[in-house]
Amino acid sequence: MTTKNEALKALQKRKKEVLEQWMKNQLEDEGLRNNLISDEDQQQTSDELLNLLLAALNDSSIEDVHSRDFEKVLDILSGISISRAKQGFSPRETGVYIFGLKEALLTTLQKDMKDPAQLYSESLKLSKLLDNFAISSFETFIKGREEVILRQTDEITEISTPVIHVWDGVLAMPIIGTLDSARTQIVMENLLQEIVETGSSIAILDISGVPAVDSLVAQHLIKTVSATRLMGAECIISGIRPEIAQTVVHLGIDLSTIITKATLASALKSAFSMLQLEVSKSKINSIPLAAR
Amino acid sequence: MKEQDVVPYRNRVKEHAVKMGMGLVNQTKLITAASELVRNMLKYGGGGIATIETISQGRENGVRLVFADKGPGIKDISLAMKDGFTTGRSLGLGLPGTKRLVSEFLLESTEGKGTTVTIIKWKNG
Amino acid sequence: MDKIPILKMSDFLLVTIQVDLYDQLAENLESDLINMVKKYNSHGVLIDISAVSIIDSFMGRILGNIAMMSKILDAETVVVGMQPAVAITLIELGLPLKGVHSALNVEKGMALLRSKIHNIEQDISIPADDSSTE
Repeated sequence: MTTKNEALKALQKRKKEVLEQWMKNQLEDEGLRNNLISDEDQQQTSDELLNLLLAALNDSSIEDVHSRDFEKVLDILSGISISRAKQGFSPRETGVYIFGLKEALLTTLQKDMKDPAQLYSESLKLSKLLDNFAISSFETFIKGREEVILRQTDEITEISTPVIHVWDGVLAMPIIGTLDSARTQIVMENLLQEIVETGSSIAILDISGVPAVDSLVAQHLIKTVSATRLMGAECIISGIRPEIAQTVVHLGIDLSTIITKATLASALKSAFSMLQLEVSKSKINSIPLAAR
Repeated sequence: MKEQDVVPYRNRVKEHAVKMGMGLVNQTKLITAASELVRNMLKYGGGGIATIETISQGRENGVRLVFADKGPGIKDISLAMKDGFTTGRSLGLGLPGTKRLVSEFLLESTEGKGTTVTIIKWKNG
Repeated sequence: MDKIPILKMSDFLLVTIQVDLYDQLAENLESDLINMVKKYNSHGVLIDISAVSIIDSFMGRILGNIAMMSKILDAETVVVGMQPAVAITLIELGLPLKGVHSALNVEKGMALLRSKIHNIEQDISIPADDSSTE
């Protein structure tokens, strides 16, 4: 690799020194925990990163932190960031690791370049570059975390919307937690899918587990009921606590188009009457519900 | 775009959505929105150009549809976005209803020059 | 010109929409169906849309029109088998399909129609909902 840039020449020449300095910087740092990663591993990845960085640096790329030449460097950097995050390093420690490289590069540069103005301008470019790398390693770390959160959110929504087949033709769905628009969509999807699969004509939506009903939640409930009716089934909302009834009226929300019941039991009862079913006490103990 | 192109166009939108693994409900919302906008374009804009592209932003993937016509344009955009407003022989819920179906909705219009509607539906949006 | 077949079953007309309708086809269906209602003096129209993956405002209007026109000719309209995704989309779009009755499947749709026009048949032993055979 030929370059006109003196600073780059110097760095390429003194690569080994840079690496040594870098490793030294890290050992000096109090925060380093050598129980998490062996010195050999550390040395190896650092060597690889430095090699790639020096290979990517040329007259044009040093001017532009977003140059495509750095793609490989950023790749390995994100790899390091992710593996370090898994090994239990804090993002700060990973940041310090990259800033250690910056320090090593700048220290080495100082030895070769005597013209202060030139040294200053080259140092500035290098710091800008390395700062950018540090930021991207932070980003990778956060992205990794976000993925975990996203997966957990998916899992929560998945497990929090069970559809229960309570009777032939009657489904019940207890909702626990706040109903936002994303959840409403999942609730609707699961409920309607189950209605189609079981051919149930009545669905009971129990909101005992919903902490509060504001106009937005009410709107979501109304939407779910309307969608159910559009499919040709009826939807009953049950589990309405007195304080919810109070807020609903105070907020001026009109729930008159919806069949509402105080408890799941009374919802089930009205479902039976809609299906023209009768549950009665029997002398032979064959009907479990009537045993109570 | 002609009337007969509506169904093939919807199929192409569907292909894009299926390819990126969009869920059935979001697919349906996207295709319905596309259908509404194509019809609007045919009815009020006298035809135009509709494009489909797959986009990604960060971790999210999505489909972006652009509908551009050289029709008379929309005089009052805020009025057109109100539920229940219509100038044609339709139900008058085209634009606001369509907006509710997608993740992002952008309407640009110059009177006498034409209208461009851009919608984005994210895979999980 | 393509046509959607309309089947006559005693007092009812049965239409199964198997393809995504383009506009002309839908408008033809509307007029064919209304003519058939008049011709056979039908009291019920059953439209099976279980294979329809998209209902936009145009299709919604056609369905609404059919229901209203049939009503004038003294026939009830039931749409059966709507897909969940379609129902959710229609609600979001703000299209409630006023005047159109719905049922989960053809069987329940038939039962619903019969219960709505019970004066036609003397024998109304068929319950409103077939799942009541507990």
